[in-house]
Amino acid sequence: MPSNDMTLRKTSSTPVPTKGVPAVAIDAVDVRFRTKKRDVTALSEVSLDVRMGEFVALVGPSGCGKSTLLKLVAGLLAPSAGEVRLQGERVRGPRHDIGYVFQRAALLEWRSARRNILLQAEMRRMPAEAARARADELIAMTGLQGFEDAYPHELSGGMQQRVALCRALLHEPPVLLMDEPFGALDALTREQMNVELHRIWRETGTTVLLVTHSIAEAVYLADRVVVMSPRPGTIREVIEVGLPAEREYGETMARPEFASATGRVRGLLGSAGEGG
Amino acid sequence: MSQSALSAPPAQPAGVAVREQPGLGRRVAEAAEHSWRPVALLLACFALWWAIAAAELVEPYLVPSPGATLDVLVEKSDYLWQHSWITTYETLLGFVIAVVVGVLAAVVMVYSTTVEKTLYPILLFAQVVPKIAIAPLFVVWLGFGIAPKILIAVLIAFFPVVISMVTGLKAVDPEMLQLSSTMGARPWQTFVKIRLPASLPHLFSGLKVAVTLAVTGAVVGEFVGANEGLGYVILQANGNLDTPMLFAGLLVMSLIGVVLFVLVEIAEKLLLPWHASRRDASVTTSY
Repeated sequence: MPSNDMTLRKTSSTPVPTKGVPAVAIDAVDVRFRTKKRDVTALSEVSLDVRMGEFVALVGPSGCGKSTLLKLVAGLLAPSAGEVRLQGERVRGPRHDIGYVFQRAALLEWRSARRNILLQAEMRRMPAEAARARADELIAMTGLQGFEDAYPHELSGGMQQRVALCRALLHEPPVLLMDEPFGALDALTREQMNVELHRIWRETGTTVLLVTHSIAEAVYLADRVVVMSPRPGTIREVIEVGLPAEREYGETMARPEFASATGRVRGLLGSAGEGG
Repeated sequence: MSQSALSAPPAQPAGVAVREQPGLGRRVAEAAEHSWRPVALLLACFALWWAIAAAELVEPYLVPSPGATLDVLVEKSDYLWQHSWITTYETLLGFVIAVVVGVLAAVVMVYSTTVEKTLYPILLFAQVVPKIAIAPLFVVWLGFGIAPKILIAVLIAFFPVVISMVTGLKAVDPEMLQLSSTMGARPWQTFVKIRLPASLPHLFSGLKVAVTLAVTGAVVGEFVGANEGLGYVILQANGNLDTPMLFAGLLVMSLIGVVLFVLVEIAEKLLLPWHASRRDASVTTSY
């Protein structure tokens, strides 16, 4: 809960979200792309509310419009119908109050890890001193110490993705959008990153929307898993995972709730005609 | 800073691929390993040249001996130096103008489709018109001074600069641009911090082509009407059947091209260390 002076300070820029306002509200959204040959409906009648501080995972077959949904929330794409609200405010263009992580780390290869993270601060004209301190904090949180001065081509895929995550979190965004962030990593690194992302989410309290192809990843990390159908993308079912908030990796995997949630997701994806 | 902290090898965390910094001896050995083949080929060519001249297979006034050519290079070094300087000056000025104009044109074209659509056909037309054929016209227009030479050098070097810069500016990762817009970046910030640096590797490959072409442009300009420069030297030597001087002029001209090319490469390594090191790292060692 923000204190009084926080409220006063913040009213000038962004309206302070009150408790009842969802972090993300997607309301009856359609997205149609017009190509030369045909019209493609990427999303049809999609509605979804994400609570403040909630972790929501989106799973579905390839091309079902999961990434499109994230772009709508970020304001990188306009819906053909319906509307998207971010912290109660209608999205009308690229939003600055989010962090975005892509599957490819999308790092600038001429900048060291630290300077890649600080790109966020430079673009936003954040005070340099505060940005540095925040970057150090994130570097420590993601275990990047000792790698700050390495260039992207000197880093492993997991390390590059950590840098991208730090860059996305530098300005303490209320909403973090992640588009298959660990899709290009090997299975072991991926597990490690899942554990770290869980810890970071617990520590920062950020709202997270995660697109993934891994059912285990979705269930381990999320409060709710949104299962989507093939194109035109619609929401098939939203599954409450029902696992405790604090999740130890191996122990969580062994829980009956984990097995039943993954089973349910797998069943839905299987009956959708394509394997997850 | 304490000396012991510096001398101790830094603990290297796992996950960082460390590039080894080879010692001087190792680097010299590697350079020799890389360059002995071209050097050997060059020496073989010289040996062949020398053999042909020594055996008098061809009349000396058609192909001079390496010795005669070398004599000219030494004896007329002042004369060659003076004319080389003029050609180099024209080349460099033409190259610099081509780079400035070319880069600006590329930036405007990338940011405005209208300008691109308007300019591109004209550019292409300007490129396919043989510059050598219009060179005499420039002499008529601009006289016998250095202006027509610079103009031809600019026209020849301009095209690779524009094409490479446009390619470079367009090659930027679209996700990087989307990310930039979520950061609330102003267009000029995106340009300076993302697009421009990302385009430089492409630009430099264009510059390497452009700088050698600029030499050709300057010499072509000198061929059609000049009283100084290496093109003039070669034309004079040709008229007098002074083949040693002609060969000497050719050698110096080639040397200018090679030196300018190497200078661009050095500039690339200095300005884009990240690019050069990545490229070196990607070279695989074969057995």
